[in-house]
Amino acid sequence: MSVLIYAESWNGKFKKTSFEAVSYGVELAAKMETEAIAVTINSETTEELYKYGVAKVILVKNEDLNNFAANSFSDTIKQVADKVSAHTVVMLASSNVNSFAPVLAVKWDASLATGVIAEPTSLDPFTVNRKVFSNKAHADVVLSKENKILVVAQNSFGIKENEVAGSTEEQSVSAAAPNLVSESVEMASGKVNLMDAEIVVSAGRGMKAAENWGMIEEMADILGAGTACSKPVSDIGWRTHEEHVGQTGKNIAPNLYFAIGISGAIQHVAGINSSKVIVAINTDDEAPIFKAADYGIVGDAFKVVPELIEKIKELKG
Amino acid sequence: MKVLVCIGHVPDTTSKINFTNSDTEFDSNGIQYVINPHDEFTLARAMTLKEKQGAQLTVINVGPASTEPTLRKSLAIGADDAIRVNAEPKDSLFVATQIAKVAEEGGYDLIMAGKESIDYNGGMVPGLMAAIMNKPFVNAVIGLDVDGNKATVVREIDGGKETVSAELPMVIAGQKGLVKEEDLRIPNMRGIMMARKKPLKVVEPDGDIKMTEFVKFDKPAAKAACKIVSSDNVGELVDLLHNEAKAI
Repeated sequence: MSVLIYAESWNGKFKKTSFEAVSYGVELAAKMETEAIAVTINSETTEELYKYGVAKVILVKNEDLNNFAANSFSDTIKQVADKVSAHTVVMLASSNVNSFAPVLAVKWDASLATGVIAEPTSLDPFTVNRKVFSNKAHADVVLSKENKILVVAQNSFGIKENEVAGSTEEQSVSAAAPNLVSESVEMASGKVNLMDAEIVVSAGRGMKAAENWGMIEEMADILGAGTACSKPVSDIGWRTHEEHVGQTGKNIAPNLYFAIGISGAIQHVAGINSSKVIVAINTDDEAPIFKAADYGIVGDAFKVVPELIEKIKELKG
Repeated sequence: MKVLVCIGHVPDTTSKINFTNSDTEFDSNGIQYVINPHDEFTLARAMTLKEKQGAQLTVINVGPASTEPTLRKSLAIGADDAIRVNAEPKDSLFVATQIAKVAEEGGYDLIMAGKESIDYNGGMVPGLMAAIMNKPFVNAVIGLDVDGNKATVVREIDGGKETVSAELPMVIAGQKGLVKEEDLRIPNMRGIMMARKKPLKVVEPDGDIKMTEFVKFDKPAAKAACKIVSSDNVGELVDLLHNEAKAI
């Protein structure tokens, strides 16, 4: 029996979420008194994973898996899980993981929990705590099948360095052929990916017009942050839908979230309330965003943000 | 083309969330229920498949009789007929198994659902259905075109988007972007009147398969009060973020 950790890569390079997955999986394996094994698909190198405590890595090389399809990825992980006698698979939430985890659950006859925010509270029965009601509540969920899949919510466990000497075994897996064809991929260029961003600078209708976003982008640049917006802003077309964070937009969990000129409707807060630290800047001291925020300034963004930029520049030297 | 759209019956976003029976059950007392917001986008896109390509559009929900107003609302928006699987939705696998059975028996070409429900947030039902039926699955869909037996689908990926194609039948999980916000449908009086006459079939569940059990709910501890910094002293905020929160 072992814990199998899926370490996701993109164009051969590990995603940051993979290090959190390994951190979680290694601690879970220790708790279960069993071995942690990582599996990765078509990654260029694997040594980076040893830094987070996993000593055994399985590298699957298969050109059919260069493009994502839920059926072929789930088939691959199932085969590896069976080969290493894993009964638990740990993954970190991402667009691809969210797509293939349920497919894997059916193929591997496993119990699946998504949105997991902590290590199991009990191993028998196997019980995990997960987000529900847009993080307005949590639930203890019992996973009743012998095989279990945990999809851990991003930034809920953290990345823990714990270097070990490791080894990698290359395995060829003849997974099912993808049942869909990838036609094209279009990546947003030169921007920090919102889902991976440590810091997000987000703004709302309080910015008054699309052309006022320069200072938001400048602040994001200085902080190495992603930019985001509230729903009304994307609906008006000041910013693209890809930047909309909230219940029907992206759900994000950065370490630091700036809400500038955003009143903080409940739908907005539902998408950002997993952020570790929330800062609100708003002229209205009654704005609901201040209830969700850790720090706030009641003031005009057009005065506060330029000063904030100067002070951050001073700090960064 | 036959299209099946899964309709979630969820508490309105603004609902106060409480639990009852020693925190083991959701307290539905005083809760207003709505169509799951992600499902509204898929339903609106399915409506254009009906109007422009002549698709036959069925909506489905797994739930007790109390979910029927939500199904009727979907009929008022324009679905042709509705199916309710008469059972408490025990978990995602239970729900997916029930809908997959209806989808297979009904010979549907396209099964659409929202990418997740805003109550249990599992995001599992569409993928589970696809796997049970062994059909192609695309999640987080923001664009869909159907031409004959082929669907071209745009999905959101981390940091961008990908266009994929697959043969029908298939399962897609939709979200905002699938139609424009202003193209979301609101039932009008004529639709509401017509919905009363449209067929709503109730079927009994088949089997009791599930994989998880919700045993206890809790609410996150209340946040400490927001620390307000004077707008005349922006530097203090930067200090706090650097030294206290260690966030920059």
